Amino acid sequence: MSDDTDDVTAGNGAPAGVPMTRFDDPHLQPYAKNPRRAEMFIGLLLLLGLAGFCAYGGLYWVGGQTQWEAVFGGVGFFAFGFGLSAWGKYLLPQGPFVEERHILASTEPEVEAMAAAIEDRGKMVFRRRGFLGTILGAGAGVMGVVLAFPLIRSLGPQPKKLLDTTNWRPGSQLVDINGRPIHQADLEVGGSLTVFPQGFEGTSVNQTMLVRPGPVDVSIVTMPGRETWGPKGYVAYSKLCTHAGCPVGLYEEALQKLLCPCHQSLFDVLTGANPVFGPAPRPLPQLPLMIDSGGFIRAQAGYDQPVGPGFWERS
Amino acid sequence: MTTTTSGAQVRGRGRGRRGKKGAKQDPIVAGVRWLDERLGVAKGGRTLLDKIFPDHWSFLLGEIALYSFVVLVATGVFLSLYFVPSASEIIYHGAYAPLRGSKVSAAFASTVNLSFGVRSGLVIRQMHHWAADVFVGAIAVHMCRIFFTGAFRKPRELNWMIGITLLILALTNGFIGYSLPDDLVSGTGLRIMFSIVLSIPVVGSYLAIFLFGGNFPGDGSIIPRLFIVHVLVVPLIILGLLAAHLGLLVRQKHTQFPGHGRTEKNVVGSPMYPTFIAKTTGFLFVTTGVLWALGGLAQINPIWQFGQYEPYKISYAVQPDWYMGWLDGALRIMPPWSFHAFGHTLPFVVFFPAVLFPGICFNLFYAWPYVEKKLTGDNAEHNLLDRPRDKPRRTAIGVASLAFFFTLFAASSTDVLANYFKISLNEVLWFFRFAVFIVPTIAGFFAYYLCREMSGVPGIGRRKRAVVITRTATGEYESVSSAPRPGDSGEELAPTPVPARIELNGELEPAEAVTSGVRRIPRR
Repeated sequence: MSDDTDDVTAGNGAPAGVPMTRFDDPHLQPYAKNPRRAEMFIGLLLLLGLAGFCAYGGLYWVGGQTQWEAVFGGVGFFAFGFGLSAWGKYLLPQGPFVEERHILASTEPEVEAMAAAIEDRGKMVFRRRGFLGTILGAGAGVMGVVLAFPLIRSLGPQPKKLLDTTNWRPGSQLVDINGRPIHQADLEVGGSLTVFPQGFEGTSVNQTMLVRPGPVDVSIVTMPGRETWGPKGYVAYSKLCTHAGCPVGLYEEALQKLLCPCHQSLFDVLTGANPVFGPAPRPLPQLPLMIDSGGFIRAQAGYDQPVGPGFWERS
Repeated sequence: MTTTTSGAQVRGRGRGRRGKKGAKQDPIVAGVRWLDERLGVAKGGRTLLDKIFPDHWSFLLGEIALYSFVVLVATGVFLSLYFVPSASEIIYHGAYAPLRGSKVSAAFASTVNLSFGVRSGLVIRQMHHWAADVFVGAIAVHMCRIFFTGAFRKPRELNWMIGITLLILALTNGFIGYSLPDDLVSGTGLRIMFSIVLSIPVVGSYLAIFLFGGNFPGDGSIIPRLFIVHVLVVPLIILGLLAAHLGLLVRQKHTQFPGHGRTEKNVVGSPMYPTFIAKTTGFLFVTTGVLWALGGLAQINPIWQFGQYEPYKISYAVQPDWYMGWLDGALRIMPPWSFHAFGHTLPFVVFFPAVLFPGICFNLFYAWPYVEKKLTGDNAEHNLLDRPRDKPRRTAIGVASLAFFFTLFAASSTDVLANYFKISLNEVLWFFRFAVFIVPTIAGFFAYYLCREMSGVPGIGRRKRAVVITRTATGEYESVSSAPRPGDSGEELAPTPVPARIELNGELEPAEAVTSGVRRIPRR
């Protein structure tokens, strides 16, 4: 190293003494065959970008309009960026330039030395202090577990019976989403309605699909043992799909099927909402109905099983 | 140091530039010196400026992902200034007339308000959504590039795994993101997510109920909880892993396709400064421009049309964002298996496609570099990329996997397909239950034999030149190769290190004598 020289060749990992390059080195020539034309093209693109930004700004100033904002901003950014990229590609040195790779791996003794340092010093730490190590480990483990308490356990209540129960009780009045009680004359044959127990309108777990597959003089018997559950042509099932819990919202009157629009499970209304197609593994629970003295529809009892998708504690 | 004539010139010019004590200093030199005296950046910084980026189009794919993320952060900050992460019920009084007077949640109302009541709000909100879709897509395509060219091989296994983690995080945050506005689609998505968590054996019901603060839809805490995960926790992890991803890239340097002057021990391409910086900054703007245009011209997630989520409401053809399609498809075509024993239920029909199956997939992705190492016994370092056709088995496995995920994706629209083609839903479902195994098998074998065929053809993938057949006056035929087309001709220069100094000679214009248009041969 002499006088004021700096090692200007330190970059690129190149060996010392890379000569200075003249400006007319072919590696420094632009990629563009006709640089003048490229300059013009890039200039136009950048101008278009500038115009786009200005137009966007002006549009914003006068109140904005979604589609034109998109056009001005989009064209502005696109042209500006395209111009800049083209500048890089067509006007800057074309190279190709090269960079040497350095071997990342160390020598075998260096690797062993590091491993030995970890191992030996580690042994030194715990030498004849195994009990301290045990306490340390136990403490760290317990720390990890108790830290999970506030992080996870505090989030919500314990499941207990939350997943097993609904608000349907013996005698619950069926109401629609607006709380209007359902009378036996409300639905035409082939009609359907989402109902809730009175006081729980709009709740997820209680939503029930009331359908009327038959006329007034028919009791819908979906399964043996459910002879009284479907009076006056009405029948009601939980609206929560037993697959993934979506509302089974579509009643296909012609087929007497209920369809879940999420994953296309199909339940047969006349045979206890038995799943006949799709991924649902269980029938929809049926709500036993009765007609009170005023002709309004009520539940004989709540659901006899948990509604909705399966879970571990479900028997 | 060997003193060359040009070295002397360097010093000669250097003196003028640097100046003596007291003389006027070049501000750039002064700036670099200031930094260097405090951080020692000159040497490493110079190396960084010289970092070589290979010029292959496929290297842009990762950049699309990176710049979509930049757009996501920028637009996300804007949205967070207006979005109210709360499920509390309010009466809507905003700019959107059809909703006025209806009971909606604060989250829904604020999303509609920032769309219609804030200037450029709709563009930026939709841009955010589009950017998320493009982000995941770019990651997936980038991952395909890495897979099919063997860029995951030693020494880059770690970066492959970071990439897979980024993919998982992008999927997760995308799902959480469109769950926030509390519209009908997002609520339905959350309902299904609740059921999926519920399906996990032993801890499922605890986890689901803790997370939602009760049985679905919970006590309203899910939206603020997801919000903080969406805007803080996941983006922070993504940012950290992104830094690691790029840090490893700089440390290990780029891979490159084999070619003129390119070896396992070097990288050939353009230097970081100024060429790559110009190109990539431009590309950031191009990506932004495309997303911006999409944001205002292509409607996405019009929540005011879906309406406020109510647990008892549902709509036809409810579908998640595209990147959740494979999981939705898996949920749809799974046979209805649910196991019951000892007073317990295992809803396998949900647990398998939505928990086990993605778990298996992602673990296979993580393990792939080591699986391949085991299969091929190849433990060498690789910096030169493979042409997919040269590795028929890997390519076949990749194509089969892609076909598998595409089939699952298509299966997520069984109802739409059945409607569109007027086929019964039943037949569509059974078709997909078989297709999901048959299509990948066929695609894999097809890819394998195609690769085998291609690897035998000379000059494959090169530009073909027309061959002109002429008939001479005597009736003889003669074949003549046509003249080379522009770009075919130029000779490729031998790669050179980035020059330490460029002699500008006081003039910025290159001498006219220089043969302009020394073109590189197109990349092969």
